[in-house]
Amino acid sequence: MVGNRLGETASRAERYGPLTEPRWVRWLLTAAALGFLGLFLFVPLVLVFVKAFEGGWDAYLAALRDPIALAAVRLTLLVAALTVPVNLVFGLAAAWAIAKFSFRGKNLLVTLIDLPFSVSPVVAGMIFVLLFGAQGWLGPWLSEHDVKVIFAVPGIVLATMFVTAPLVARELIPLLQSQGDDEEEAALTLGASGWQTFFRVSLPKVRWGLLYGVVLCNARAMGEFGAVSVVSGHIRGLTNTLPLHVEILYNEYQFAASFAVASLLTLLALVTLALKSLIEWKTSR
Amino acid sequence: MEEPVKERRAGGRRLPGGSVLPGFGLSLGIALLYLGLIILIPLSTLFLKTFTLTWSGFLEKVSTPRALAAFELSFTAAFVGASINAVFGLIVAWVLERYRFPGRRLVDAMVDLPFALPTAVAGIALASVYAGNGWIGRWLEPLGVKVAYTPLGIMVALTFIGIPFVVRTVQPVLRDIDPEVEEAAASLGAGRWTTFFRVLLPELLPAVATGFVLAFARALGEYGSVIFIAGNLPMKSEIVPLLIMIQLEQYDYAGATAIALVFLIASFALLFLINFLSWRRHRGSMREEVAP
Repeated sequence: MVGNRLGETASRAERYGPLTEPRWVRWLLTAAALGFLGLFLFVPLVLVFVKAFEGGWDAYLAALRDPIALAAVRLTLLVAALTVPVNLVFGLAAAWAIAKFSFRGKNLLVTLIDLPFSVSPVVAGMIFVLLFGAQGWLGPWLSEHDVKVIFAVPGIVLATMFVTAPLVARELIPLLQSQGDDEEEAALTLGASGWQTFFRVSLPKVRWGLLYGVVLCNARAMGEFGAVSVVSGHIRGLTNTLPLHVEILYNEYQFAASFAVASLLTLLALVTLALKSLIEWKTSR
Repeated sequence: MEEPVKERRAGGRRLPGGSVLPGFGLSLGIALLYLGLIILIPLSTLFLKTFTLTWSGFLEKVSTPRALAAFELSFTAAFVGASINAVFGLIVAWVLERYRFPGRRLVDAMVDLPFALPTAVAGIALASVYAGNGWIGRWLEPLGVKVAYTPLGIMVALTFIGIPFVVRTVQPVLRDIDPEVEEAAASLGAGRWTTFFRVLLPELLPAVATGFVLAFARALGEYGSVIFIAGNLPMKSEIVPLLIMIQLEQYDYAGATAIALVFLIASFALLFLINFLSWRRHRGSMREEVAP
């Protein structure tokens, strides 16, 4: 498809002179676009990997094998393993309610789901400190019962859930809406139960969008920095996630180690983007 | 705003949610429960906490010279970042949709990188690239341009973070423009520039505006990618989220709450504006499909 379009544009330029720009304008605009993306996107991206391997392969592996780094990896995996399934259930439920039914206050619900996107990550972390912190509303009760939320793992999970809550729902709502209800209604008429209809008719239709929502939610859960930074307390080996570990190493001038850990998170982002392209390609066929 | 409820009846009984499909109560229940527990109750603590301040105490906290400088810097830098993205985002969207060049699909996919890349990684990478001895910084320094550890660095980070928004709002609009519109303009004697500025640009501007506001809202609250490149000097290069963070670390919860509330209200106003812009573009249909 891409190959065809290449030839098509060239011939289009010759045949419909007035419908495309002169060659020099096309060159100039392409150069401007690529130059802009190069300065702000590609150069920083390449730099992460160059700096990560500056000290050689051994130093790279040593930075990742460091016990504190491994503890950060484990915590990050744990946070994602708790956050993603919960957000998946929420996303499915919210998208089903919004896409398939009409009710009062639906637009308000859609807006509320998007709310975390417009809240600064620092504020997102802060509200959990106000709720569960030592001086917070539930602080005295929590300390009486010896439950630690802030500067501990539960706070990190809650803040991550807040920040990533909209992602799955956001992917699914437009997809479920555009599919229509005919097949579901047919399944129900033929005697399928509600759950059967949901799992065997509705879900398969939106499986690629669902997969991307989950993958993006996972990437954001593993990479969340601002909100987690507020609630974590930065206790090495205990409440440091990978992004916080990157920050600590960088601030200690251990640049190579910092970029080595950062390269892991960058790979995760690149895999996420690759999967998105693959899914778009699969669904457009 | 409200959609008319479809009055579908089965055996004289109005169906919940106006559809024969099952699971209305369950799915709405789960959604509202989670929304309440994870988003609404925690957010409401911010408002409740503000009520413990007196009005004059609130004003005092948000109008210290340091807070005012931070507000000014955050809004200015977010505005500059979003403006750069409005111009270059339009160019990138145009080039990706209209021209064919090797690696186009790769470039198209990479536009989403700021969504997927952890902000701390973006922060340390940008700081290293634009530092005085960095790959790009070393070419700018002899020209007298210092980027890293100045307000200019903040603008660079906020530009990075906003890249996907304008591109992804403009692309679908550009794809949907009927070629006949341009053909008509050309056949009526309009040159390419006239066609672009009089025919195409008016179609694209609402999308650019939506993308601009989305990028601005995202940039306003951004923390991770900024703090490494900013320098973080009070009154000079300290953004509002960092000021909130510092006050929290000093247990000045009243100050942090007051500033966060002002910030949150600004964000809500932007969210309202985004919804209004996309409502105008779609004439009442559902929200924009731009996942930040």
